[in-house]
Amino acid sequence: MWLINSSVGRKFVMSITGACLVLFLLFHGTMNLVAIISEDGYNMICEFLGANWYALVGTAGLAFLACLHILYALILNVQNYRARGTARYAVSDRSNGVEWSSMNMLVLGFIILAGIVLHLCNFWAKMQLVEIMGEEPASGVELIKYTFSQWYYALLYIVWLFSLWFHLTHGVWSSMQTLGWSNNIWLPRIKCISNIVATLVVLMFAAVVVYFFIAGNCCGAAACAA
Amino acid sequence: MATKKDIQETATPKVEAVKEAAPKAKAVEEKIDAKIPEGPLAEKWSNYKAHQKLVNPANKRKLDVIVVGTGLAGASAAASLAEMGFNVLNFCIQDSPRRAHSIAAQGGINAAKNYQNDGDSVYRLFYDTIKGGDYRAREANVYRLAEVSNNIIDQCVAQGVPFAREYGGLLDNRSFGGAQVSRTFYAKGQTGQQLLLGAYSALSRQIGKGKVKMYSRYEMLDVVIIDGRARGIIARNLVTGRIERFFAHAVVLGTGGYGNTFFLSTNAMASNGSAAMQIYKKGAYFANPCYAQIHPTCIPVHGAFQSKLTLMSESLRNDGRIWVPKKLEDAKALQAGKLKGRDIPEEDRDYYLERRYPAFGNLVPRDVASRAAKERCDAGFGVNATGLAVFLDFSDAIKRLGKDVVAQKYGNLFQMYEKIVDENPYEDPMMIFPAIHYTMGGIWVDYELMTSIKGLFCIGEANFSDHGANRLGASALMQGLADGYFVLPYTIQNYLADQITVPRMSTDLPEFDEAEKAVKDKIAKLMSIQGTRSVDSIHRELGLVMWDYVGMGRTKAGLETAIKKIDEIRKLFWSSVYIPGKADDLNVELEKAIRLADFIEIGQLMARDALMREESCGGHFREEYQTPEGEALRQDDKFSFASCWKYMGEGKEPVMLKEPLDYEFTERKTRNYKN
Amino acid sequence: MDKTINITLKVWRQAGPKAKGHFETYKLNNISTDSSFLEMLDVLNEQLISEKKEPVVFDHDCREGICGMCSLYINGHPHGPDSAVTTCQLHMRRFHDGETITVEPWRSNAFPVIKDLMVDRRAYDKIIQAGGFVSVNTGGVPDANAIPIPKKNADEAMDNASCIGCGACAAACKNGSAMLFVAAKVSQLALLPQGRVEAANRVKAMLGKMDELGFGNCTNTGACAAECPKSVPLSAIARLNREFICAKFKD
Repeated sequence: MWLINSSVGRKFVMSITGACLVLFLLFHGTMNLVAIISEDGYNMICEFLGANWYALVGTAGLAFLACLHILYALILNVQNYRARGTARYAVSDRSNGVEWSSMNMLVLGFIILAGIVLHLCNFWAKMQLVEIMGEEPASGVELIKYTFSQWYYALLYIVWLFSLWFHLTHGVWSSMQTLGWSNNIWLPRIKCISNIVATLVVLMFAAVVVYFFIAGNCCGAAACAA
Repeated sequence: MATKKDIQETATPKVEAVKEAAPKAKAVEEKIDAKIPEGPLAEKWSNYKAHQKLVNPANKRKLDVIVVGTGLAGASAAASLAEMGFNVLNFCIQDSPRRAHSIAAQGGINAAKNYQNDGDSVYRLFYDTIKGGDYRAREANVYRLAEVSNNIIDQCVAQGVPFAREYGGLLDNRSFGGAQVSRTFYAKGQTGQQLLLGAYSALSRQIGKGKVKMYSRYEMLDVVIIDGRARGIIARNLVTGRIERFFAHAVVLGTGGYGNTFFLSTNAMASNGSAAMQIYKKGAYFANPCYAQIHPTCIPVHGAFQSKLTLMSESLRNDGRIWVPKKLEDAKALQAGKLKGRDIPEEDRDYYLERRYPAFGNLVPRDVASRAAKERCDAGFGVNATGLAVFLDFSDAIKRLGKDVVAQKYGNLFQMYEKIVDENPYEDPMMIFPAIHYTMGGIWVDYELMTSIKGLFCIGEANFSDHGANRLGASALMQGLADGYFVLPYTIQNYLADQITVPRMSTDLPEFDEAEKAVKDKIAKLMSIQGTRSVDSIHRELGLVMWDYVGMGRTKAGLETAIKKIDEIRKLFWSSVYIPGKADDLNVELEKAIRLADFIEIGQLMARDALMREESCGGHFREEYQTPEGEALRQDDKFSFASCWKYMGEGKEPVMLKEPLDYEFTERKTRNYKN
Repeated sequence: MDKTINITLKVWRQAGPKAKGHFETYKLNNISTDSSFLEMLDVLNEQLISEKKEPVVFDHDCREGICGMCSLYINGHPHGPDSAVTTCQLHMRRFHDGETITVEPWRSNAFPVIKDLMVDRRAYDKIIQAGGFVSVNTGGVPDANAIPIPKKNADEAMDNASCIGCGACAAACKNGSAMLFVAAKVSQLALLPQGRVEAANRVKAMLGKMDELGFGNCTNTGACAAECPKSVPLSAIARLNREFICAKFKD
């Protein structure tokens, strides 16, 4: 099976799963923005994505993609570590034009994974999971308001998003390169697209965090002063 | 050795035997038979092919062939022989067959395609090569070379060699020295590399199929002769230091030239003449050793630490103009570093090639261009600190074509120059000087590329066959590939057809024992000297003697001095060389020492041959023999032959035999590049 | 012109493939800045020989940047800190007086050390043997101009064909991957009509061999192309991926 046995096959899986996850992030980010614009609207989406069959299938698929992505990342890293040989260079210097993120995708991935776990505990466990268990889910907007008004949560999320940005700036163009969608002319372009996508995703998420942090703290304080 | 008997047996009455007049040796009654087929020039090769013996496919499988070397000749021969069905054992000293020094050829490869419709033909390529070689090559061989040149281009394109192309998608050509047509095919400035990679890929395909067994990092140290026929080699595994034995029904040498005798040359560091020297000592004739080509466009020597000279492609002479200052005081200022080339006004520049050779201008053959540069520098017009350099100027080309076009054509060469010299050739003219580049001389072979030892073949630069006294640019690649792809695979069958009943022999035979013992003894002797001098330091000394006395301008007295001095160097080497490490281990100094021992012998043979040849022709310039204008003066009545040196034993002077060169189809003329 | 510098060299010494290696420190004085890096090592070796010590073993041959024999990982870069040159073309003017220069062999699982700075790169030959060729025998081929090839394709094929097989790509790669090497050959031949015929088989065979020999998986860091002495472009790898994925989907 070439998706397991060949190096390009393995990279193909990485890039397809990665690309799907990016698409999901774009969707998720768009959804989040609704919370800023209209709280009711957001709650409607939450309800829509509750324990319905399509949402569950989507979630399962997403989990599968994420696990595959992580599993392959681990396999690839072990193989690559072995390919490097037992002896290491005493002096190494990053070559011109090599992105820092591309050399540290695994570390960035772990930070993102930790963030996902935090995120699942904070939100998913209290919303979709609870609903699957047959109980009443928490209100989406309230949950957001509560979580991001805590400064440490807001900070953790910002760190997480920061790592995500680095991960995606390399990941997006790298997946296109792996799929073969690149040439001498398009390589700088897909790198540019990669930066745009990463920035867009991160800004969408960060906007919600920052908005609700400010709303939760400063506005509250202002209200008190008044 | 049975060579003498064999040669007499095979001789035909057509070629005259020439007695050697060497004073000390007895008159040797050996006959040199080049086995040139009968018939008109243009039909000889077809006739040969039509009537030669062939080996049927079932029998090919039973025959082993050793090919030493993986350059253009070696790799193409090994691949072609394996494709035909022979079992091939292929050896190279580098870590990979792709690294042979053919890879460094920059400019291009000639072929008589006439794609440019500028009047080229097989005959014209033949004629230019014969004339370029100063009428010292065999007509039949050169004609065959020109004939198969077109097949080479077809073959290379089919292999995926990315030759330069026109916008219409067809192949592009450039012009080269010594020709008035554009017949040179090229792949950027990396033609040799691309052609070698083509041959290497064909070879790799056969290695993958198991038809070629590849031995990399192996160096051949001797040939094994059984009953007068080459039956194997002794080689040293360069990684482990082990001496190993290999049998084959025939042995092919494609081991390149011996230019590194001069220490500083454009050859690769490991290029050597040892394989040629070994078979010479076993009875193969060494022909025309004094014909060495000095390439006019190399980066000048700039320090005592220098390890090699870098060639700048001859193609640069297409657009570059060569000059020195007209005024001696300008030259002095340049030498003192007070002036730059660009500071000297147009009217004070002496474009001496254009002045002396109006018809060919900057595109005269290499020997002519080199000597002209030496003449100017000897007269004091040299342009760098050592006074040993001339300018190669692109300012006209940049004005005419624009910097972009020049960059596109020669960009990689300019970049290389800048890396080495630290000057920008777009602004300051390049400085160049001649350097040893190629050796036209080499192992004598007949029309079938077989040496005077039966079953031992020699191809590519290692043999002496096609370039006479001077090689034209872009012809080395042509000859290497012609020999390997299109000549040897035919002619070797004519020999092997008689060998089909010979079973594979054991390498335990006494002949193998003896050869291996000789090699081991030699190594032990070298290791036991434990003197004080490094191999390189002695090699540098040899190089200086060679350059001073056996270089561009040779004289009787100088050559006699050289022979004496090389005797001294030989003594010095065998008494005071120091080789660290062990013999049965990877030992680079030992490898170099073994090669240097042979370079010393080759150097002396070159000097001896140059002394004997009392004329000037091509790359061989005896100062006593020149026209009033300083051009080479041939002595056709006395020296119209190839000198074939026969080894007579250690400490004895070699004997020279002559292969007369009859010109049936071309008229011998004085080379004229003036009008 | 005749500027000289004093340097300290930290050189990897290893007696054999299985021996344990270590760094040895040497001081070299009055090295001309016009000498090449390898000529500087020649000077070092002359010095060692004069002290009756074993010289440092390193691969080198043509010394004009084309044979691909020289290697060396110098101050954290394959072929040294200069871009688009091989070690033999790296000159000492690139270093400053008093500098400490660390010289290591290529380090990759597929390139075991033979001695000191010399490594075994035959893995690259094996990859070519698996399919890096056009399957034509000598003779019987059409005229060279029978198939016109667009100049653009021929030029791009040439850019890819300029690979010298030195191994810097795998040596620079944090994953020990030989993708750029494989991609260069696959691209060259895929761009030409002569090589197109068996392009699908070629890419599968070469990539399979690369994986089998223990090279790593490409993660598109781009270090290979950045360090390549012949500037083989990263886009070659994209073409390799494209060729491979298409070939697999066609199966």
